[in-house]
Amino acid sequence: MDLSVNIAGLKLKNPIIAASGTFGFGREFSEFFDLSMLGGISVKGLTLSPRKGNAPPRIAETPAGILNSVGLQNPGVDAFIRDEIPFLKSFDTCIIANIAGNTVEDYCRIAEILSDADIDAIELNVSCPNVKEGCLMFGSTAEGISKVTSAVRKVCKKPLIVKLSPNVTDIAEMARAAEGSGADCVSLINTILGMAIDINSRKPILGNIMGGLSGPAVKPVAVRMVYQVSKAVKIPVIGMGGISGAEDAVEFLLAGASAVMIGTAGFVNPYVWIETAEGIKQYMEKHGFERVSDITGALLD
Amino acid sequence: MKFNGSVVKAEKLAEDIYFLRLKSGIIPEKAVPGQFVNIRCCNGLDAYLRRPISILRTNTLESTFDIVYMIRGKGTRLLSCFECGDTVDCVGPLGKGFTLPENGEKICVIGGGIGIFPLLFLLERSVEVEKTAFLGFRTKDLMVLQEDFQKVTDRLVISTDDGSFGQKGLITKPFLEYLENEKPDRVYTCGPVPMMKTVAEACTEKGIFCEVSMEQRMGCGIGACLVCACKVRNNDDYEYERICRDGPVFNAGKIMFDI
Repeated sequence: MDLSVNIAGLKLKNPIIAASGTFGFGREFSEFFDLSMLGGISVKGLTLSPRKGNAPPRIAETPAGILNSVGLQNPGVDAFIRDEIPFLKSFDTCIIANIAGNTVEDYCRIAEILSDADIDAIELNVSCPNVKEGCLMFGSTAEGISKVTSAVRKVCKKPLIVKLSPNVTDIAEMARAAEGSGADCVSLINTILGMAIDINSRKPILGNIMGGLSGPAVKPVAVRMVYQVSKAVKIPVIGMGGISGAEDAVEFLLAGASAVMIGTAGFVNPYVWIETAEGIKQYMEKHGFERVSDITGALLD
Repeated sequence: MKFNGSVVKAEKLAEDIYFLRLKSGIIPEKAVPGQFVNIRCCNGLDAYLRRPISILRTNTLESTFDIVYMIRGKGTRLLSCFECGDTVDCVGPLGKGFTLPENGEKICVIGGGIGIFPLLFLLERSVEVEKTAFLGFRTKDLMVLQEDFQKVTDRLVISTDDGSFGQKGLITKPFLEYLENEKPDRVYTCGPVPMMKTVAEACTEKGIFCEVSMEQRMGCGIGACLVCACKVRNNDDYEYERICRDGPVFNAGKIMFDI
């Protein structure tokens, strides 16, 4: 049975990738399992300079999910290259650098720096809902996506993944904009903008008022969007949003995803990535799939 | 470390305050005072996240550990339904604990409300030291574990906000009076932020070693997701550290209390 997938020139040993922002740089989860068991790791979103992040509280639990407003706290791209890549390279897994910026120039500069670093791909984060400038500003219109993607494409020597926001009217249009501007792959969905209120204090629970919703609650929205996007573009799609096991992951593959990312569920079950890979194998056995790539888009009408 | 602990004792201590004793070899062997376990309160999608709960004490001979918690929402309400024989899905021990005192030292703990629990573990583990405890509660009915604290301290001072037991008023008042005459080697505090702020500032001013145990809504509990941020001094600026990983116990001098 073949669990490996080829997407955008990346060869993943299995279709399971740790989602950006939920996995840090892998150090903490490496205490639970061998990171070499992952198809890939999308690291915490990187900016040109270090970012402190938003004031707490940064998390609110909601039915079957969470809202977060971390606000891209990270040590900056240089510290990542110096302190984190050597650690990540001690594992046999693909390293995807998730990058975010306030301006097109920021994105380009980070992509340039990372093009010479020992990573496997760049994931363009144009969909973080928790920062005031940039990011989602680009990701919420087709023009914005085209502008940043085409500029980064010119300087980026690595496979380029564009991570799409669900906070748009037509997700397929966004995916087409990314494809038309030179993206090798799209990943979706980032979190859905949401809000929770403490009715006793009459204040928002999050320090930043609004935050991004993730977890099982968002899964049907994510599956629908992955389905729409994979119909709209020819480049591979990485699906994510509320996956907490193999059954969820297979849903995304059937909807058209070539690989999946898992994040929030790891807070509850630190072995979710490994268990999902194992569960996909069992599904393949049961349903007679030889290659995991055969599940991609195998949805019956 | 992820493990299943089985409930060997479950008890209601006061209104909305519950005690659980769990069987597990891991925690008694590895845990230090101030650390916590991250507990799943149900197997479904409701109360989805784990709940971080500090360790009250461990028993190596019996391979058990105790926790006490207050019902504050959906998760802890579900947790209060666990009975003897039930299995609890835990991750732990997590976080950085208290710096233990050295032999012959004089220590003082100040706890408020449900912040008192990790301090009991610290007092039980601190041997051959002179121990004073100041515990504050809202009211007498919420006062728990008084005898346990009595056993492991040389001096115990209790206050209630409404004067229904012990001294009336905030526990910081008798603590500050104590600090006028005594100089403990180490002070440890856990409880409401205004209380910890007062304790931290008094100790910093007098140059007394002080550690505070911070609380915040957590995500992963292991340091990966960066949601449980705590504002700390960084030269003339600030930065956010992770309460679950860099804490929950911090040196009092570095915390920037935002109140």
